[in-house]
Amino acid sequence: MSTAIPVIMKKKEHFDRGEDSRSQDFHEKIFELEADGEWIVQRVPDDHVLVPTKYGLEKKIPRGHLWHHKSCGQCGHIPGYSTSIFWVMRKLGYDYEDPRDQTSCTAWNYYASATSNSAAQAAVALRNFATAYASGFYPLIHCGTSYGHYKEVRAELLRHSELRAEVRRVLAKLDRPMVMPEEIVHYSEWFYAMRNEIRAHQVRDMKGIVVTVHPACHYYKLVEGDAIYDPDIYGGQRTAVVTALAEALGAEVRTYSTWFDCCGFGFRHILVQRDFTRSFATLRKIEVMKEEANPDVVLTHDTGCVTTLDKSQFAAQAHDRNVGVAVMSEAQFAALAMGAHPYKVCQLHWHSADYRPLLEKMGIDWEAAWAEFQEDIGRLERGELQYLTWEDTDA
Amino acid sequence: MPAPTATADLKVGDVAGYADIAFEEKQRIVSLVIDDPRFTDYLYGCYECGICVAACPSARFYDFSPRRIAQALARRDVRLVYQQIQEDIWECSQCFSCLRCPRGNNPGGLVTIMREVAVNNGLASAREALEGYSRIIYKIMSTGTQVSPDMLQPDAFPDWGPEVKDVSDNLALWRRALPPETLHTVSTGWDVSDQTLIELYLIWFETGALNMIGEVDKGLHMILEEVMQDRLEEAGIEI
Ligand code: SF4
Ligand code: SF4
Repeated sequence: MSTAIPVIMKKKEHFDRGEDSRSQDFHEKIFELEADGEWIVQRVPDDHVLVPTKYGLEKKIPRGHLWHHKSCGQCGHIPGYSTSIFWVMRKLGYDYEDPRDQTSCTAWNYYASATSNSAAQAAVALRNFATAYASGFYPLIHCGTSYGHYKEVRAELLRHSELRAEVRRVLAKLDRPMVMPEEIVHYSEWFYAMRNEIRAHQVRDMKGIVVTVHPACHYYKLVEGDAIYDPDIYGGQRTAVVTALAEALGAEVRTYSTWFDCCGFGFRHILVQRDFTRSFATLRKIEVMKEEANPDVVLTHDTGCVTTLDKSQFAAQAHDRNVGVAVMSEAQFAALAMGAHPYKVCQLHWHSADYRPLLEKMGIDWEAAWAEFQEDIGRLERGELQYLTWEDTDA
Repeated sequence: MPAPTATADLKVGDVAGYADIAFEEKQRIVSLVIDDPRFTDYLYGCYECGICVAACPSARFYDFSPRRIAQALARRDVRLVYQQIQEDIWECSQCFSCLRCPRGNNPGGLVTIMREVAVNNGLASAREALEGYSRIIYKIMSTGTQVSPDMLQPDAFPDWGPEVKDVSDNLALWRRALPPETLHTVSTGWDVSDQTLIELYLIWFETGALNMIGEVDKGLHMILEEVMQDRLEEAGIEI
């Protein structure tokens, strides 16, 4: 009988558990690889803010001189999102680069169709990082999925030397060096870090505006260790981005029970299986928020989440469901607080859910604002203007 | 009463509605999943606790479960994993809520690997899942931005409300009303430079990503290959 346990142990499935790297500091490894000549680490500029992350490590968020890694979904379908990020940065007086030598991260397609592989995804990421490095500006990632995916790419590159070798071979064909930024920074982290400067420029009172926050899955679930968590926000139990900014601007953030649920985007579902997306977005998110918190606006910080939560309400409304609430990014919300034009800057006419009651509550005469925007459109039509410029947004 | 083997779910010679294949071939396909370098980062056995299922959006609306994915792979259950590749994986939302797993598993990541294997081997489920999706693949691989303003057509998004028609009717004009200079485009998310496209095409060729398309959509593969080769040749690059 004394042999029973060893015999059972021998027959049992055995798993060699790798190191749990979720709470570890990855910096040591990226600098080690730099010392070994494997890649260049682009340093965060000296002018940065230190912020707390999930397991207590500090993260550096650069203030200015940023290379804007744009989001295809924001630029394509919600252009007031990207425009607001730029506008706020300009108002705070920070310089930036809006590059043409940037591609999408291509992760939307990867998570939808899997028609790519680790080496291709890593090469796309590092090519973008290499162009940012060449410009001398520091990358700031607009999309939550790009941010999460790039961190996933970083984790894979740190673990697998053969993947690094393959990516190095491909980038050599492009005549590009291997570059890894010291921190991968999402724009919502910049808004979190800059919230006091943003508040100092606030011209519209957000008191009485009720907000619910949808935290984006790819921001805080995917390679979670360097997402921002702040003990003063939700006791450090949920990510602090978006909420900390909304509170700093004086809005009332209310919670709801399905905050951890995703929005229903699904990557392929939003494009080819939208019945799932619509059902999930309305039944598990918007209706629960309406029932439990009755918000004036849903704020979130990712391309897919704004699109899904905004666009899914129309069909549900036709079925008399309890939906109908404005949806936007916290960047647009912050821009409105700083006095941005709702159409020239926030481009709210690209949104579907009715945002007008929210504007009225903020004291914005949206009819007058629309008339001003139409005047500019008339100038564009008559050829008096070729494009609306930054100067026109403040005219 | 029909014999048990004649009932729908016990049909012989059929997996998830597709013709069955030899066990050895299933073994080969499942080995490709297990041999992926990411596999050991994504699975450390499974408590079968179901925490991932509670967090999973797809489990709420489909007959789908991240726990079943993790369990079947942990047990190396070749038949079941093969069936999941043919039947389940395209229902996952790739949200990664299942990373809440107390064991440190990544069922969503396992799905990513299983999908890649399905595409690489031209499995019927992959071809079917990607039907109607070729326009998107064409856009991302050939232009460098996946989502473009001109995709906002009312007949493609009838459920998104009348604003889609407003955008589409005024598209070029409203794009000119965007202050950032890179956003005046209608067929790409932003203005992507020629050199950048060339570099992107080289990545698709060099990493084999372009060849993956050939397994699921030969027509699309031909078009993409031609577009990219022409552009690379113009730039004096031989593939
Ligand atoms: S990644 Fe897939 S399996 Fe995991 S929670 Fe999301 S939908 Fe479910
Ligand atoms: S949460 Fe993890 S351990 Fe629990 S059932 Fe899911 S995969 Fe298994």
